[in-house]
Amino acid sequence: MPVTPVLTRRWTAPESWTLATYERLDGYQGLRRALAQSPDDLIKLVKDSGLRGRGGAGFPTGMKWGFIPQGDGKPHYLVINADEGEPGTCKDAPLMKADPHSLIEGIVIAAYAVRANRAFIYLRGELIHAGRRLRAAVAEAYRAGYLGRDILGSGFDLDLVVHSGAGAYICGEETALLDSLEGRRGQPRLRPPFPATHGLYASPTVVNNVETIATVPFIVNYGVDWFRSMGRERAPGPKIYSLSGHVTHPGQYEAPMGTTLRELLDMAGGVLGGRKLKAWTPGGSSTPLLTADHLDVPLDFEGVQEAGSLLGTAALMIMDDSVDMLKIVRRLTQFYAHESCGKCTPCREGTTWMVQILSRMERGQGDPDDVDTLVDACDNIFGRAFCALADGATSPIVSGIKFFRNEFLPITPVGPSGSTTSVAGSANGAAAGGAAAGTPGAYAGAH
Amino acid sequence: MPLTEQTRAAAREIIARYPEGRSRSALLPMLHLVQSEQGAVTAEGVEFCAEELGITHAEVSAVATFYTMYKRRPVGDWLVSVCTNLSCLLRGGEEVYERLSKNLGVGHDQTTEDGTITLEHAECLAACDYAPVMTVNYEFYDQVNPDSAEEIVEALRRGERPAPTRGGPLCTFGESSFQLAGFEDPRPEGVAGQGVGTPSLAGVLLAEAAGWKAEDGVAGAPPLTPLPSNAPPSAASAPAAPASSSPASSSAAAPASPAPAPGTPGVPQTKVN
Repeated sequence: MPVTPVLTRRWTAPESWTLATYERLDGYQGLRRALAQSPDDLIKLVKDSGLRGRGGAGFPTGMKWGFIPQGDGKPHYLVINADEGEPGTCKDAPLMKADPHSLIEGIVIAAYAVRANRAFIYLRGELIHAGRRLRAAVAEAYRAGYLGRDILGSGFDLDLVVHSGAGAYICGEETALLDSLEGRRGQPRLRPPFPATHGLYASPTVVNNVETIATVPFIVNYGVDWFRSMGRERAPGPKIYSLSGHVTHPGQYEAPMGTTLRELLDMAGGVLGGRKLKAWTPGGSSTPLLTADHLDVPLDFEGVQEAGSLLGTAALMIMDDSVDMLKIVRRLTQFYAHESCGKCTPCREGTTWMVQILSRMERGQGDPDDVDTLVDACDNIFGRAFCALADGATSPIVSGIKFFRNEFLPITPVGPSGSTTSVAGSANGAAAGGAAAGTPGAYAGAH
Repeated sequence: MPLTEQTRAAAREIIARYPEGRSRSALLPMLHLVQSEQGAVTAEGVEFCAEELGITHAEVSAVATFYTMYKRRPVGDWLVSVCTNLSCLLRGGEEVYERLSKNLGVGHDQTTEDGTITLEHAECLAACDYAPVMTVNYEFYDQVNPDSAEEIVEALRRGERPAPTRGGPLCTFGESSFQLAGFEDPRPEGVAGQGVGTPSLAGVLLAEAAGWKAEDGVAGAPPLTPLPSNAPPSAASAPAAPASSSPASSSAAAPASPAPAPGTPGVPQTKVN
């Protein structure tokens, strides 16, 4: 059973985004069952299922819900993190476009469980079409009585607003997201206090990823045993793996937690053009690179951690043996420098300086101390900022140097024109040497 | 174009979405709103938001300058964004950007003299499986190459609206921004525009072709067929005795099912949504 379509199962149905299709395919059955239970029973159910957050950190969802203080007299909020932007990650956008009602149903169930009467979907601004589908689905759900006052006669009220962001990777970090949703710059907050007690408007708030919440109706409908029949003991259930880069059939492959890259590559037709695998990210650009030695690592939270990286969002970016690792690392570091919110000095200054060093190296003007300088800078950034963006920024550099150190060491420059290089070379025979590529060739690893 | 009473009415509609006393939450959508009228966040737009929300100009400007999608200078008719982050870079996104930049004679965040095109290189657009991608006013053109991207941009400059691969038919930057402010796309063909293509469906199509189903792992659990609505909540998870289960036996477990699941022979399927 290599692929297990659960969350993705409706995506091929005609007009899958409409309420009519959704209701025909089990839609809102989980909600009916949920409303017949007590909120505490639902929290217990999700705890028992072992569901862990699909947004990157893998925190147990039921435990997160259980942290919400009850009977505190404060309003509670449920906020969906739909700010999908981690490079390589492209699972929530199709889910929201193809099956928006599954997210909405999960939201109503989760809000009922944590006793929230208001929920927000914080949607990445650029995903305008997902916004269309979501807003249309929310309107349909209100008309059908799945949202609003006295939902399905249960006495439970819920209002749901789709809130579009405006272009900021940092807003995928949950406390920055909350600040942004409050109409501020998206900058992370110091924790504690945590959102569970002081979240949106300083009230108890659950922040969950799209895929996590869309999984909930299935658990309610089909139970813990079914859910645990897939995946691993400590990370059960199906997971949407996103394959991109140098792979024959890029796409979304929903498979049990713990599936390996070897298995996923088999499904996806292997490395593009039959080339050799050089490096890959298991969970987006913020997770340390792995290599061909890690093809059999089980891709669940613990499995990837034991291999020295992180599952993150299960966004597998595949790089074949034609890539110039220095260029890859420089480009990713530019991304972090652009997206650093500027709040913490190590991240703001560190990423900027590291881009300058890496760019200089790429131009063939590096010196032998650069690698040590970069590693030292990463040492002083990691763990020294409010949020994980800074840690993520060090991942490509530290892991790139760990596995491909030679490519970062200067050698005697080759001829004045340098050799040509193109990371896209094997993909479509694209021309080498874009303007930003400078004149590589001065490094041992440059092709 | 000055902001009007109509803009003010739309702003109040936005504010009403948020809890009482929390009107500042309306700021991001309101900035999209003023941008929809003026093509950028202008001094007047900042003033408007500050006034409506009872906050200072500095507070509004601090937010307006933080986010990439708020523009300080008027955007051209078409905002062309080319992803050059890793997955797109690996598949040639940088070459696409370079070609457009060279042909248009503009760099990142610059607008052609005729005011038709604003070019930008974008960070990851969450469509890595369609790489390399570019967007025009945030609608997707998938798996572009320098030539096809050039054709799309030339068509835009001729006043045409080439159909995006995914997303709604192109609308103006103002119309896009209005939708970002949280208002529904009034065009039925907008919401119906293709959302996902073959890459998003790669796994599920593979499963359909091979007859793999998630319920095969648990005997008696029929998760992919509609449940009888009056079934007790525990019925679905009750384990059954035999350990082998086939697609046929699992559909037999739910005889009341009013409609077959997708993938069942005879059910018409679209491969795009």
